[in-house]
Amino acid sequence: MRRLPWYLRDVIYLVLYAALLIGVTYGLEAIRMAYASRIIVLMGINITLAVSLNIISGHAGQFSLGHAGFMAVGAYFSAFLTFYYFAPYVEKLGAGTRSWAMQNVLLVVAVLAGGALAAFAGYIVGLPSLRLRGDYLAIVTLGFGEIIRVLILNIDKIGAARGFSGIPNWSNFFWVYFFCGITILISWRLVQSSVGRAFLAVREDQIAAEAMGVNTTSYKVKAFMVGSFLAGVAGGLYAHYMMYLNPTMFMFVKSFDVVVMVVLGGLGSISGSVIAAIILTYLPEGLRASKHVIPPVAQWLSVHLPDNLQWAARGVNLFAERDPRMVIYSILLIVLMLTRPQGLLGRRELWQVWKRKRNDDKTV
Amino acid sequence: MPLLEAKHVTIRFGGLTAVSDFNLALEQHELVGLIGPNGAGKTTIFNMLTGVYKPSEGEIFVNGHPTANCKPYDITALGVARTFQNIRLFKELTVLDNVKIGGHIHYKYSGTSAVLHTNRFHQAEAVAEREALALLRIFDLERRAGDYAKNLPYGDQRRLEIARALAARPKVLLLDEPAAGLNDRETLDLMQTIHDIRDKFDITILLIEHNMELVMGICERIVVLNFGKTIAQGTPLEVRSNPVVIEAYLGEPAESIEA
Repeated sequence: MRRLPWYLRDVIYLVLYAALLIGVTYGLEAIRMAYASRIIVLMGINITLAVSLNIISGHAGQFSLGHAGFMAVGAYFSAFLTFYYFAPYVEKLGAGTRSWAMQNVLLVVAVLAGGALAAFAGYIVGLPSLRLRGDYLAIVTLGFGEIIRVLILNIDKIGAARGFSGIPNWSNFFWVYFFCGITILISWRLVQSSVGRAFLAVREDQIAAEAMGVNTTSYKVKAFMVGSFLAGVAGGLYAHYMMYLNPTMFMFVKSFDVVVMVVLGGLGSISGSVIAAIILTYLPEGLRASKHVIPPVAQWLSVHLPDNLQWAARGVNLFAERDPRMVIYSILLIVLMLTRPQGLLGRRELWQVWKRKRNDDKTV
Repeated sequence: MPLLEAKHVTIRFGGLTAVSDFNLALEQHELVGLIGPNGAGKTTIFNMLTGVYKPSEGEIFVNGHPTANCKPYDITALGVARTFQNIRLFKELTVLDNVKIGGHIHYKYSGTSAVLHTNRFHQAEAVAEREALALLRIFDLERRAGDYAKNLPYGDQRRLEIARALAARPKVLLLDEPAAGLNDRETLDLMQTIHDIRDKFDITILLIEHNMELVMGICERIVVLNFGKTIAQGTPLEVRSNPVVIEAYLGEPAESIEA
């Protein structure tokens, strides 16, 4: 594969990846597990969000709390395009292969346009990051995310507070994971290049980076633009999967969710972001089972505990009567952060963690 | 034309004049020492020469090019590289990546090339890899290329900083206390290395140092600062016997003690 020119080699990989995805798409449709495939699609969107935020926060070291804002820009703009322009056009074509092909092409156009507008928003937010560091920047980005949400809340054309409904259901497993794969590829290839090394240099030591000829200003803005572009793409795919958007979906809590994924996976680790996004998307769903597990436990306790410990059984029972999964989710997060404050993988990638372990053993 | 020239440079921080009327002209292939007691303003001068601070008065020229509106990375591109007094390596990156970032201005390409892995990317990366390894070999750090910079012993970190600065292919290299914290043997090695790289890369070196043995041993010209003012300059021999310098370092002559 090394001998092939770069464009051919990448195209071959891309076709192979697309073929794999098409297979899985039809597979998922065939097994008819709507609930499971929905979680899997949301996982893909969250992976895209986490990996893109990891470029900004993990690689370039700029702490951002505005990721939901970028996602919202991409989601609303692409939905606006399809709802008002693309969907009527496709409808006019009627059913058939031609309209099916147009629909997919226009989805990609809308999603990329949403990403481009989000990248522009990222450029605007990147500008103050030239002056601000750490917590100060976090507050500015947090404010930015809220501004976006309030703006959307006041634009009647895209639904304002009612929400934006009637978005065509054009996005699916294939497109979500196609862009998810591209996001991971972009992020990985950037960090292996001079651009990524400049990002890392800015994160490690700005003064030294400038002394080495790195234009820290320009690289910080670049990181923001790439990260917000990919977040906008994720937003566009989300809009066309959910078919409905509401400004409350993009509250700052959503930004925190993404930050938690990146921090939990390990700031600067791409595979860490992916793993954390998978775990944190599955966890709230997986924990629904706790509803069935806890009452029998409370029952068992009330039978077997001595009288002076009956309060514990009552406590467990009380816990089970409410929905305990978010409590368990939060406790798990706290435990994870206490035991691994640097995140699941630290700053390394999955395969580097194993290699490193071997090296450490050798030196000792 | 001097490679690096400072003309009547003064800097004030609020009411404090840290450096006043500093003049310096570095010619091709010179090795100059900048010495003076603690707080004399040596590192401040380095920070002005590399664009971290802007002088309140006076001008600095690199290769005849005025630097008043230059950011530190512009000055690096003009051919001035530096090391830091308190080592500023990229600690969480590998030794090799540290050196590659040092040569950033020479291995740059667009993000699109990076993502598409174009020929430009492969060529630039191959050059970066080769040059970085060659530099590491000179500093005997080649076998540690894959280690994190923070895991190197102190002396190696000092030498890695010099290697990283050299990766920018500078015409002028500024070394801020390269021997700080090194033992006598390491200092001797370092003296030899500084001398060698000056000839090998044909560069001009300006160094700040407290270790008189090192400064007197390798510098051809020495500038002495005290309280922001240049109190003497000349060859090591001249400076060593200059009564003003002796006073600055050792205090007033003996009669003041008797009084």
